[in-house]
Amino acid sequence: MKTQMSTWMRIGTPWVWLNAGAVAISILMVVGLLALLTVRGMSHFWPRDVMQANYAPPTSSGALLSTQVIGEFVESEMVISAQIASSGIPVNEAQGFYERQLLKLGNRDLTGADFTWVLSDYVHDVEYPQNVIALERREWGNFYGHLSGIKENSELISFSGDALAIEAARWNDFNERLERALDIRDDIYVIENQEIGQINYAMERLRLRERRLELDQELTPEALAEIDSDRAELDEEYDLLQVQLIALYEAVNRDSTIFVAANNEETEVSFADVVRAYKPNQLSLIGKIGTYFLKLGEFLTAEPREANTEGGIFPAIFGTVMMVMLMSVFVTPFGVVAAVYLREYARQGFITRAIRIAVNNLAGVPSIVYGVFGLGFFIYILGAEVDQAFYPEALPAPTFGTPGLLWASLTLALLTVPVVIVATEEGLARIPRSVREGSLALGATKFETLWRVVLPMASPAMMTGLILAVARAAGEVAPLMLVGVVKLAPSLPLDGNYPYLHLEQKFMHLGFHIYDVGFQSPNIEAARPLVFATALLLVIVIAGLNLTAVALRNHLREKYKALDV
Amino acid sequence: MNELNSEQANDTQSPTRTVDVSSVLGEKNKDRGALASCIDIEHLNLYYAKDKQALIDINLTIPKQRVTAFIGPSGCGKSSLLRCFNRMNDLVDDCIIEGLVALDGNDIYQKSVDVADLRRRVGMVFQKPNPFPKSIYENVAYGLRIQGINSKRILDEAVEKSLKAAALWDEVKDRLNDSALGMSGGQQQRLVIARTIAVEPEVLLLDEPASALDPISTLKIEELINELKSDYTIVIVTHNMQQAARVSDYTAFMYMGNMVEFDATDTIFTIPREKQTEDYITGRYG
Repeated sequence: MKTQMSTWMRIGTPWVWLNAGAVAISILMVVGLLALLTVRGMSHFWPRDVMQANYAPPTSSGALLSTQVIGEFVESEMVISAQIASSGIPVNEAQGFYERQLLKLGNRDLTGADFTWVLSDYVHDVEYPQNVIALERREWGNFYGHLSGIKENSELISFSGDALAIEAARWNDFNERLERALDIRDDIYVIENQEIGQINYAMERLRLRERRLELDQELTPEALAEIDSDRAELDEEYDLLQVQLIALYEAVNRDSTIFVAANNEETEVSFADVVRAYKPNQLSLIGKIGTYFLKLGEFLTAEPREANTEGGIFPAIFGTVMMVMLMSVFVTPFGVVAAVYLREYARQGFITRAIRIAVNNLAGVPSIVYGVFGLGFFIYILGAEVDQAFYPEALPAPTFGTPGLLWASLTLALLTVPVVIVATEEGLARIPRSVREGSLALGATKFETLWRVVLPMASPAMMTGLILAVARAAGEVAPLMLVGVVKLAPSLPLDGNYPYLHLEQKFMHLGFHIYDVGFQSPNIEAARPLVFATALLLVIVIAGLNLTAVALRNHLREKYKALDV
Repeated sequence: MNELNSEQANDTQSPTRTVDVSSVLGEKNKDRGALASCIDIEHLNLYYAKDKQALIDINLTIPKQRVTAFIGPSGCGKSSLLRCFNRMNDLVDDCIIEGLVALDGNDIYQKSVDVADLRRRVGMVFQKPNPFPKSIYENVAYGLRIQGINSKRILDEAVEKSLKAAALWDEVKDRLNDSALGMSGGQQQRLVIARTIAVEPEVLLLDEPASALDPISTLKIEELINELKSDYTIVIVTHNMQQAARVSDYTAFMYMGNMVEFDATDTIFTIPREKQTEDYITGRYG
């Protein structure tokens, strides 16, 4: 027995088990993380059935207080009775636990809160009426209720036939009118956000040009006249658009609907406010899947609404990718050049060793410190100088002297440059001496050797550095809050207005979006699933960026595979 | 004891121990008339560190358009000496070189010498094949591109000529754009030789060019050396005495940083003057 045990120890079986166990736990944690994010995030877009029930909890006065609830079931949990008692509801002390359910009631404009907890024991007459409608609105969140009438120019439209036929005709009419309203909405969006946006941008540039000429004391009457004529032209265009816009608004507000919400409360909803409407209890599985992907598509491609708790997160995806790409553009050449000097040109000795240690330590500095540095140096010093030198006409409003995309990218580039330097240096050190000598022996100078042989061969190592840099930078949030990320950016940093890439603009970022939606939101319950969905998306975006870089590296590796040393 | 005495006597008579190449070898090269010198080495000392002398007072004249072999045991300084001829030792930190190395009568260690140009004139092939991770074509064209030649016509011509000269053309003419790293070791070494002669050097330095190759590839390299020697001055370092005997016209035997003996290969291998040389050649040490 003893010998068996000692053999077992000598072969190292426990050690192997320990190793395998560690790997298994790591895999489990990663899979678990992704599964949690997927389940909690992605289920948010599923169109759930809407239930209608009576809720009559006991009251301390003994009076019966029954209310009708219409809404989606979200989750249920067990709570101890003491907790229920402390909220003022008389409980049966003998019963240790009560089940309670979270219902999404929507209708925030009517009830003030769109989520409520109800005790399962006091929910009666649960039914799933076929005709209940779920409405997604631009304001006030979702609405659940029954359609009772449609108005055109405040005139009620009448439908004939029996109750069933009326219901069907009304729903058809509703959908037609909704489609029309959505089309008009699209037109309004184009005019408001693109055409008027362009005019405003051009106006601002005119103002800046005038101010610039004034500062340079070159504002001749001719120049002024030219600017004024340009401005008049723009004003004219603007007026034209304004007229169009008013007409469109009138058109979109032509129709409205009357809904009956829970407890027979009637409310009028303008078609202009509706984003999507469906009868969830009537949807077949295919219909539900269709609606699911519509909602998911909206999440990925639309702009956020209602303090980021509704709508999409496209600007955040775009901002994240844009920022990471800009960072890569800054960090790669900078890190590579620094590494080449350190490894190839600098005399190896005490000083290079000290620099190397310093560089390695820089990678360990907490990221928020870089944020503070970025704010203090890039924005307040460098940005202010840039404004003085190149944008004096805009002052005192800062152009680059305020947090923005450029400074955020630079700050992250600074944060990740040690990674690139270290990886590149290792790559350079691995290039066999014989290849360098081969090039030198052919009459190449050291520079030519570096440029034509060594650097291409080290390029996979540079890509490794970049991959590590991207992995680190894409997930950073703390420094970004200081140097350019905002809760809601009015426009994307890349658009159709010259100079197309607006490096000075603030931008949205998935990481910060998670923080903002999860912890700064006025509507926590509505925002929670979005936190998971956004987190999943952040993981996917980072994985996507990394995989791109990895694919690029593998391609380079194949091309410049080192000699079999 | 006798040996030692005779050596000392020799030293006193001619402290430089320069071998008079033309007199020793004159009769052997009647076809080419008087033998010109290509590289002259006088009183060459090389230190890798203050107290680490690798070459001690080397005096030697390398004849033009002949194959000269350096033989000797490991660490005797053959490679160090070879790397003096194209200033490869410049790459070694703290390496100090004293004395004269002259190519065609011009001191190559003068400040005014363009090292890159020197290395173009004195090509070098290393022990291990070191093709660049580029296509076969680009490997051969590399030296020319460095010189700023980018005309496709000139490059095509030079690549073909060099590959033919290196006896590689028939094997690779259909896959010039394939990676050089996919070739066999022997092919790679011949590619490296083609790459070196593409820039039309005057001297070819071969540092144990066949030591990493199999016997058949070695044979091919040796045949190649035989063909190249009519156009180039070749200096070859080798561990393999049979190889030195087969390919070279002159042989220098080195030991512990000293140039012990330099003479026509036939002489060295049949009637060496020095006891040390004889011991080495007969395999008594080294």
